[in-house]
Amino acid sequence: MTAKNTSQAPSEEMVPIFVMGERFDVPASLTIQKAMEYAGYQLIRGCGCRGGVCGACGTVYRTPGSYRLEVGLACQTVVQPGMYLTLLPFFPGNRAGYDITEMEGTGEEVAELYPEIFKCIGCNACTQSCPMDIDVMQYMARAIRGDVSGVAELSFDCIMCGLCASRCPAEEVQYNVAILCRRLHGRNLVPAADHLADAVESVEGGRFDEPLQELMDMEEKDLIKIYRDREAEPDNAEDDWVPEDRDYVVSRSERD
Amino acid sequence: MPYPESLKKLIKKVEATRPARVERKKAGQEFEAVDVEDRDELLRKYHPDYRKGTRREIKVGPSKGYSISNEIVDLLEARSRIDPGLIDLSEPDYDTDLLVIGGGGAGTSTALIAQENGVEVTIATKLRHGDANTMMAEGGIQAASKGWKDSPYYHYLDVLGGGHFKNVPQLVKRLVNNGPDAIQWLESLGAMFSKESDGTLKTMHGGGTSRKRMHFAADITGAEIMRTIRDEARSREEDIEVIEFNPAVDLVLDDKGRCAGAILYNLETREYHYVRAKAVVLATGGCGRLHIQDFMTTNHYGATADGVVMAYRAGVPVSFLHTVQYHPTGVVYPEQAEGILITEKFRGAGANILNVDGEQFVYEREPRDVEAACIIRECSEDVGKGVPTPTGKVGVWLDSPMIDLLKGEGTVGREFPAKHILYERYGIDISREPMLVHPTLHYQNGGLQITESCETNVPGLFASGEVTGGVHGENRLMGNSLLDVVVFGRIAGKAAAEFVKKKGETGKPTLEHVKQYNQELDKEGVDTDRIAPMILPDYSNPEVRKRQLTTEYQGTIRG
Ligand SMILES: Cc1cc2nc3c(=O)[nH]c(=O)nc-3n(C[C@H](O)[C@H](O)[C@H](O)COP(=O)(O)OP(=O)(O)OC[C@H]3O[C@@H](n4cnc5c(N)ncnc54)[C@H](O)[C@@H]3O)c2cc1C
Ligand code: SF4
Ligand code: SF4
Ligand code: FES
Repeated sequence: MTAKNTSQAPSEEMVPIFVMGERFDVPASLTIQKAMEYAGYQLIRGCGCRGGVCGACGTVYRTPGSYRLEVGLACQTVVQPGMYLTLLPFFPGNRAGYDITEMEGTGEEVAELYPEIFKCIGCNACTQSCPMDIDVMQYMARAIRGDVSGVAELSFDCIMCGLCASRCPAEEVQYNVAILCRRLHGRNLVPAADHLADAVESVEGGRFDEPLQELMDMEEKDLIKIYRDREAEPDNAEDDWVPEDRDYVVSRSERD
Repeated sequence: MPYPESLKKLIKKVEATRPARVERKKAGQEFEAVDVEDRDELLRKYHPDYRKGTRREIKVGPSKGYSISNEIVDLLEARSRIDPGLIDLSEPDYDTDLLVIGGGGAGTSTALIAQENGVEVTIATKLRHGDANTMMAEGGIQAASKGWKDSPYYHYLDVLGGGHFKNVPQLVKRLVNNGPDAIQWLESLGAMFSKESDGTLKTMHGGGTSRKRMHFAADITGAEIMRTIRDEARSREEDIEVIEFNPAVDLVLDDKGRCAGAILYNLETREYHYVRAKAVVLATGGCGRLHIQDFMTTNHYGATADGVVMAYRAGVPVSFLHTVQYHPTGVVYPEQAEGILITEKFRGAGANILNVDGEQFVYEREPRDVEAACIIRECSEDVGKGVPTPTGKVGVWLDSPMIDLLKGEGTVGREFPAKHILYERYGIDISREPMLVHPTLHYQNGGLQITESCETNVPGLFASGEVTGGVHGENRLMGNSLLDVVVFGRIAGKAAAEFVKKKGETGKPTLEHVKQYNQELDKEGVDTDRIAPMILPDYSNPEVRKRQLTTEYQGTIRG
């Protein structure tokens, strides 16, 4: 039987780590997050998805023999012997207020909300600290250039952990600039999907109310038959594939 | 952690059988699928839902006599975290129109729509806003957006087929009919769905879909939706207040039996606060962290079924909780990725599932429940051919290197970039070495009973998202849950706002229902010191726990 997500590995090699200076001996294969739990911490801050996607568990650490201050996600980083660490689950960040529906998506708008982007000194500390391997400095450079879509694309994998901001000498809040740009890009800078608007319109026109009611009223055995016989779009079909049976889809003539 | 020597030795057995397996695959010779006639018996014997002794009837409450997982019954047959006599309800600590409990996809959608309908909203959430299962969804969100080949009609059929035709029809109708509108709403908020250059949304198939209607934002669809709607909520902070690290532990009713708010527990100062509200929406998500039958889980840290517990105590019945969804392939080693989902696409691309001898024992594209049952059987004592991991667990191999051999060098890296990089960090190249997997607890199929307007049977109490039951019947299809939380989150927001506006004065607040529930526990002979809701799981080392002797120890949260 597979055991639950716990942190015991008794037969394993143990290594010392220092959590905010206090020494604990923990199994060598654990992540920082599980090692802290193994040591007896019950995490309240600094733990969310436990899978590297939510950005709750930013951690700062040093290892023996190195002058470097390193950062990582506690749920993704395996302990190293002698590491000194502290969680950085919260870092105060500035977020501009805006009403996205009143914006057009220009670089000027972004610069007006976050004028501090121009103070970036290009030191690259942000890029070096990003656990998602995002070229943070580069997306900040795009923001300075007013290239909103560029910021959106480069920052797409950002989990908003705040580690970049924690290391920035210019006091930028990179991830908030990034999400603004992504939303402007998604809303204003790529075309809206026409077929989506059409689909909404046919539903609102009540196009499927009757067919759906028929299904809802049907006996289970009849429903199963229709289900079994329904036509399947082939895996390798092109997007414009059209089914043989078009009674329950919106035909082209109906749409034009 | 790279694979240790013990596993490397076992991998040799996988490598030994690989060339012949690749040849068979190329020749179209598949491992024999489980006969449809035999499925029932297999499931009954090995699927966790059917395992003997894992379920029992609930002894108290509105669904008394309903038999569901022991772990959930344990929480329903438990006492409140608070002594109702000690809570002062005369002066609320917070006062709001609408209290939304849970800051995931459903709760945040609810808050936005309620605000648009003119009410003041407070979101109380256990961890940070957005620390939620919604953030973790990768695959996609379904909706019939391509009218020339798809419609809510076909979506409806697919949802029912997935749910064993047991779903609540009215709920499914709302889900599928509101699908396109939900996607359009997200598009208008600036969610970056993957699109063609002319704006056409990219769509693909998912398990059980008859049309390609799975929309996605690369492989982080849930995160993209969550961070977008969270940002929008932050833009409306004047009307939407968010209280983080403050889980609700019990609902408050008024003397007319209507919901009048909730008691929050401040995880840091350990105070209890009363939030008075004219209506409440429960959007607390799922239950993966209960580790039903000791399964590992894909769920986030706070998925502990709190909403089900609180509402049940207040008189809301539950349904479809007798089935739980297990995903056949979750990572079981290395430790740091434990429980994480490995998508079905690996098996679709040709990777075999293998036992400790490197032999096949199951066709790799069985339905989820059948696939999971076969893997569990192989790892069971009956067969005993699971692969032991260095951390004392058991799994089976998923032979990803086959994909490069079948489809050309570099395919794994190209088609599965996120997983390839993830494993690379651990020193494992999944285009050369297989992955160790085991079924993992994934989704709470059932939950609180609601109407198509998200009302519960308690006036003023609404619910939306994974905490509810009925939309997905006995089994949810991939992509319908994200749709569920957006569609029903929005419906709940509108319905609750309307309720707030129509409602007169809130009556005298009371926790009488909690007292009565305690009395019913006594009457039915449930003698327990269990405390619920659980709030957070406790993962500390048992050796340490033995020395944590504080007497005010409260359930899984230490006092
Ligand atoms: C790894 C993974 C992959 C998935 N992939 C997909 C997919 O591809 N497509 C799809 O459609 N679905 C997918 N799902 C399912 C889907 O993501 C979830 O079912 C859905 O997002 C649930 O949304 P929700 O808002 O109901 O709950 P959640 O998003 O979990 O939000 C619940 C919130 O309530 C909070 N909370 C809990 N208890 C309390 C309390 N007592 N007081 C206050 N707050 C509380 C939680 O902290 C959390 O913030 C996936 C799920 C997982 C885990
Ligand atoms: S860009 Fe900044 S906030 Fe985003 S993931 Fe990287 S370090 Fe974290
Ligand atoms: S750390 Fe700050 S100053 Fe340095 S490059 Fe990044 S944004 Fe610019
Ligand atoms: S806990 Fe979510 S990123 Fe680590």
